[in-house]
Amino acid sequence: MNEWQPKITTFLCNWCSYGAADLAGVSRFQYPPYFRIIRVPCSARVSPKFILAALRHGADGVWVSGCHPGDCHYLEGNYYARRKFALLKGLLEHIGIEPGRLNFSWISSAEATKFAETAKGVADEVKALGPAKHFIKTRAEVA
Amino acid sequence: MHEYTEKIRDAAKRLLKEGKVDTFIGFKKGSVPMMNEPALITDPDKADLLHWDSNCGLNLCNYLTKRTDRIGIIANGCTSRNIVTHIIENQIKREQLYIVGIPCTGMIDPRAIKRAVKFKEILDVEEKDGRIIVKGNGLEESFEKRAFLQKNCAICLHRNPVIYDEMVGEKAPEQQEIESFKDVKKIEVMGSDDKWGFFTRMISSCIRCYACRNACPLCYCTTCFVDEAQPQWVGKSIDPTDTMTFHILRAFHCAGRCTDCEACERACPMGINVRQFTKKLNKDALELFSWEAGMSEDQRPPMDVYKTDDYNDFIK
Repeated sequence: MNEWQPKITTFLCNWCSYGAADLAGVSRFQYPPYFRIIRVPCSARVSPKFILAALRHGADGVWVSGCHPGDCHYLEGNYYARRKFALLKGLLEHIGIEPGRLNFSWISSAEATKFAETAKGVADEVKALGPAKHFIKTRAEVA
Repeated sequence: MHEYTEKIRDAAKRLLKEGKVDTFIGFKKGSVPMMNEPALITDPDKADLLHWDSNCGLNLCNYLTKRTDRIGIIANGCTSRNIVTHIIENQIKREQLYIVGIPCTGMIDPRAIKRAVKFKEILDVEEKDGRIIVKGNGLEESFEKRAFLQKNCAICLHRNPVIYDEMVGEKAPEQQEIESFKDVKKIEVMGSDDKWGFFTRMISSCIRCYACRNACPLCYCTTCFVDEAQPQWVGKSIDPTDTMTFHILRAFHCAGRCTDCEACERACPMGINVRQFTKKLNKDALELFSWEAGMSEDQRPPMDVYKTDDYNDFIK
């Protein structure tokens, strides 16, 4: 009955993955309802600070999705994002964040099926890991 | 006195007298043993304050950021690599600098020496023929320098400066058969819970003094992310999560820029191995982007460029 449901903070690029999510909805594709979607202008807009803030505030997983390499609306944003995320994922996993909690994908606005499938994959992975144990801030925020 | 001290003083006097530089940056003897302090010399008569031995572990590049005068600076391997990083990041111009290169054979770790003499008070430390002689009240011991090197110096692969205008001595032989990332690999094979435990324990004594940030030549932002209030990305308390966030972000800001000079660890009053964070990034930058920071003035840093065929395996 009261099955635990993960919360997954999702950053979607306005020009592709957000459109894919939209199309997936219009097309009535089923995917798990665990995602809190935040629309960003580009995957490169997602700063490591955002990802850490999401985890710190209790997200069980983070998923960042942008345009395929070469298809960036701003021509090269996702190339920079890829380098940034490669190092960030390496560092966070080195520190002890489980590998399945951080997810990255390239999904174009036409790939509604890929969006639904990736969403299922991400949800399954995070669900398998269980609630986030590390890196959640429990004490009150001090200004 | 170390043989280089005299040469550094001569160079500083000459450069200041000839008017080639306005300021000369070097080290002077600190008020306590094994703690040399940075010295900015503008008067050639005061050049005799300058000093060099194996306790010059701070990174002098920290004093170059956005300076407008002409500067003479002493630089060993890691400092010179930080100077290169400063040049490619437009923090200083090469034309402003006169670099006196120092072949470095490593700095000694004051904490290791203190442990070795069982925390008795040390009043004087001398260096002779690769040995360190520690003197105190009823205490005189001698150690081999090689066994008391700073951790980064023990695995150093770039002892000689990358850029320089003159050298104070023959280039030091580079160390061979060094395994640079042994400690990182040891952590990499652990499970996530063990890793988390390791890092949480490691930073549990952190008092958030930001000495690691202040000692680091890479940290020159006008407003640091820890001082930002709206939005506040990292809480100001010593909540373990906030402390971890600080350490992760501090390290990440050094991604692809860190030269592993160990100024951060040396500055840490609690003796936290903050290099464990940056070393992982250095390893990844080397493995994924074949990049070592500060080796060339002509190459852009890895986070500033991209390749269309970059590492993509982690993306779905």
